[in-house]
Amino acid sequence: MPRDVAIVGVGHSNFGVRNDVNIAELAWESIREAIDDAGIDQKDIDFFVVSNVGAWSSEPLPAVVLGEYSGLIPKGTARVEAACASGSAAIKVGYEAIASGDADIVLVVGIEKMNESPTPTVVEFIGRAGNYFWEFHNFGLTFPGYYALYATAYMARYGATEEDLCQVAVKNHYYGSLNPKAQFRRPITVEECMKSRYIAWPLKLYDCSPITDGSAAVVLASEDVAKKLTDTPIWIKSIGYASDTSNLSKRENFLSLRAAVEAAKIAYKKARIDETEPVKYFDVAEAHDCFTIAEILAYEDLGFVKRGEGLKLIREKQTYIGGLIPVNLSGGLKAKGHPIAATGVSMAVELTKQLRQQVEKSRQAVIKRGMALAHNVGGTGHYAYVTIYSLDKPQR
Amino acid sequence: MSSERLKTQKEQVEETTKQFISFVEDVKRSTGLPVVPDMRSGVALWVDQRELNLKYVISVEKIRKFFDGLMSGKIYATKCKKCGALYFPPQVDCPMCKTSDMDWVELGGEGELLTYTIIYVKPTSFSHYEDYTVGIARLKEGINVTAWIRETDPKKLRVGMKVRLVVKKREPENYLTYELEPLEK
Repeated sequence: MPRDVAIVGVGHSNFGVRNDVNIAELAWESIREAIDDAGIDQKDIDFFVVSNVGAWSSEPLPAVVLGEYSGLIPKGTARVEAACASGSAAIKVGYEAIASGDADIVLVVGIEKMNESPTPTVVEFIGRAGNYFWEFHNFGLTFPGYYALYATAYMARYGATEEDLCQVAVKNHYYGSLNPKAQFRRPITVEECMKSRYIAWPLKLYDCSPITDGSAAVVLASEDVAKKLTDTPIWIKSIGYASDTSNLSKRENFLSLRAAVEAAKIAYKKARIDETEPVKYFDVAEAHDCFTIAEILAYEDLGFVKRGEGLKLIREKQTYIGGLIPVNLSGGLKAKGHPIAATGVSMAVELTKQLRQQVEKSRQAVIKRGMALAHNVGGTGHYAYVTIYSLDKPQR
Repeated sequence: MSSERLKTQKEQVEETTKQFISFVEDVKRSTGLPVVPDMRSGVALWVDQRELNLKYVISVEKIRKFFDGLMSGKIYATKCKKCGALYFPPQVDCPMCKTSDMDWVELGGEGELLTYTIIYVKPTSFSHYEDYTVGIARLKEGINVTAWIRETDPKKLRVGMKVRLVVKKREPENYLTYELEPLEK
């Protein structure tokens, strides 16, 4: 019988250009906060999982570097990679260690220090992520480029406009402006977004998440331990996961991320959520808006609306507080920032705080149903994790 | 059109890098350390004194036929003799049938554009090129191919337009690859 697993402590660094700290110092910011929040010490931790993609940063073994700096040695550790979904994959590894009975307390740290390299180098590394030989080497696709392929197809099929995409940026910058840990803390207008330069047509600068340094950490615990540590454990209700082809050319269409659809189905089934009407179960969601188009695809892939209706959701402001379902009240990847492997953990931190009703009042969702969803996509739909967090213990 | 050529992204980056490195060298001469203030925030940054260049060698032994094809102007996919599945990029194992008994079939080249993008901000190793368009086309054979399209005006491109896959020499590197040619004006 698998054991239930809860988040009992969370920590989050400021996101942005963090040239003021090295990778270990940056990790410690969130680790310290998380273990303090959980009310534990390093000695109480059985295992720590580090999610990091790296290559743009100088340390190839960040797990041991931050392990030494943060006083976690000789606890066992491993680094986990699932591109931009690494954070959620790391949480899954931690979850399994506890569910299986192997560990009682696991620390999960997501860390990325992208500004140790110049922008074109970072663009190169992310562009190579997919299928290096067949899609990057000859054709030089970039991360914005891959998502632009989805945007072009979606716009042609459903009549979405560049203004519609900008509406996502406007919403997420608005909430980012209310989040003190966000990289961008300035609201923007559709006009500003429309005036920004093209990065990969039809995506413009304001359609894109930035290059970000940041760390986030969660302490996971078994039921017995969680109940001793806190009155409000945030339970991991279910985790859904899937993958898709490395070559984008092998995808059926460019209107949906199949991996996200599959991951959502799995997560809903495990959590006994009616997949025809999932929105009615959640108070709030964090969606993987690495690009504005990605958030619109997420609305549809998660089943919040039917195919082609994602743009209606943003046009009608249904993903603001008070709408059908608030999405990315943290500012999302778009405005909060996207330190690649820290993002999934950052989503867990945000949703834990939302469910505990501990975020800034101006961006606090109304918590009635007690459930929240994290949609974390790696690469261009190469990996997908959908994780459901809850105030109530999972039913067996 | 302006007669003055705009600097490529590579030239711009190289210029900035050169200025930065010469600044670091000045600082090193006077302090003995490659520690410089961050341009935006003023915090202290150590500038790496080691450099790593990556250039891989990748086995194409089992798909030599594909590259032989390029040399004679042909583009090949592989086809599983058992289930008939077509593979592009070509692969020599059919994981579904667990067989390695494959045929090499030449692709006709005609297809329709499924989607496209124009890359303005380029990766380092593509920074010497002008802006380029990448598209994915569905060929008549029912498989998709990702490649450059020789058209960088978004008004002249549309989803569903007819294209043809052709072998092309990539300059300035001077090697054979393939491209999508628009068949409509």
